[in-house]
Amino acid sequence: MLLAEISNKGLAALTYGLGAIGPGIGIGYLVGQAVQAMARQPEAAGMVRTTMFLGIAFVEALALIGFVVFFLAGA
Amino acid sequence: MLALEFPPLSHIVNWPGFVGEGEIWEINKVVVIYGFAVLFTLLLFWLGGRKKELVPTGAQNLAEIAVEFIEDGIVMDTMGKEGLKYTPYLMSLFFFIFFTNIFEVIPFFQMPASARIALPLLLALLSYVIYHGAGFKSHGLGYFKHALVPPGVPVFLLPLVMLIEFVSKFLVQPFSHTVRLFANLLAGHILLVTFAVLTSGLVVAKWYAIFAPLPLIGVIFFTAFEVFVSFLQAYVFTLLTGVYINAAQSHEH
Repeated sequence: MLLAEISNKGLAALTYGLGAIGPGIGIGYLVGQAVQAMARQPEAAGMVRTTMFLGIAFVEALALIGFVVFFLAGA
Repeated sequence: MLALEFPPLSHIVNWPGFVGEGEIWEINKVVVIYGFAVLFTLLLFWLGGRKKELVPTGAQNLAEIAVEFIEDGIVMDTMGKEGLKYTPYLMSLFFFIFFTNIFEVIPFFQMPASARIALPLLLALLSYVIYHGAGFKSHGLGYFKHALVPPGVPVFLLPLVMLIEFVSKFLVQPFSHTVRLFANLLAGHILLVTFAVLTSGLVVAKWYAIFAPLPLIGVIFFTAFEVFVSFLQAYVFTLLTGVYINAAQSHEH
């Protein structure tokens, strides 16, 4: 059985890779939209930027929890 | 073949104590970095506030830019006027985190003190006490209703919504606040170690040495990137503290 041969570390790395997909898409979409908003309304750029960083921080948390779990599981 | 071996995680974040090995007051690299971070934060504002001149120069200039940045960029954006009394806390929070982070790229230290979970956890718990304290101060015991019951929720959904809000506000929020700072800095540290190990492994490996400049470029590029990350994570941590305080004490709904 192939799955049985994969070590715990390899599995942890693979799972972290899967877990990074969602936040990756999320941050890409978020920043893209923010850039579009800033291009359309440069005078609101400051506000958009603050909100963008806030959104990134929330989305990123998922990837980072995955990163921590990766070390816990892979150890 | 290449003799490459990545050091185990405990070797790149655990440091032996200089004095008092194993004691509770053990002084190791991380403790020294905390000391420097406190010292730098104090020094910046002591030098900046020593002579209050109308036309600022030198350290006063820097300190004034810093105050303006926190006030306009964080306090006014997240809390508005009623948040101004939290400026001193957010200011020291920002600079302390920034200085502990920036030791990641300072030669001979090269260890972000925030990559040990103790510091982010302590700061997140301190902020936790402060923003819930602000909530109780602003609403009294009605704070539980303010925090747990969002407006316009149908009655039959209320128990479920309250449970979700309780878990997210009182349990998950400090956890994610901690992990965000901790994991970002740990990841950056590991990234730099990876490229440094690769470079040194290539240099001593016969003809493979011609590839050594590639990871070296990686080290230089990521060092610059980590300076940005140190700043950004200090900013995000402070910004989120501001957002949480505002969510706890605001009266509008």
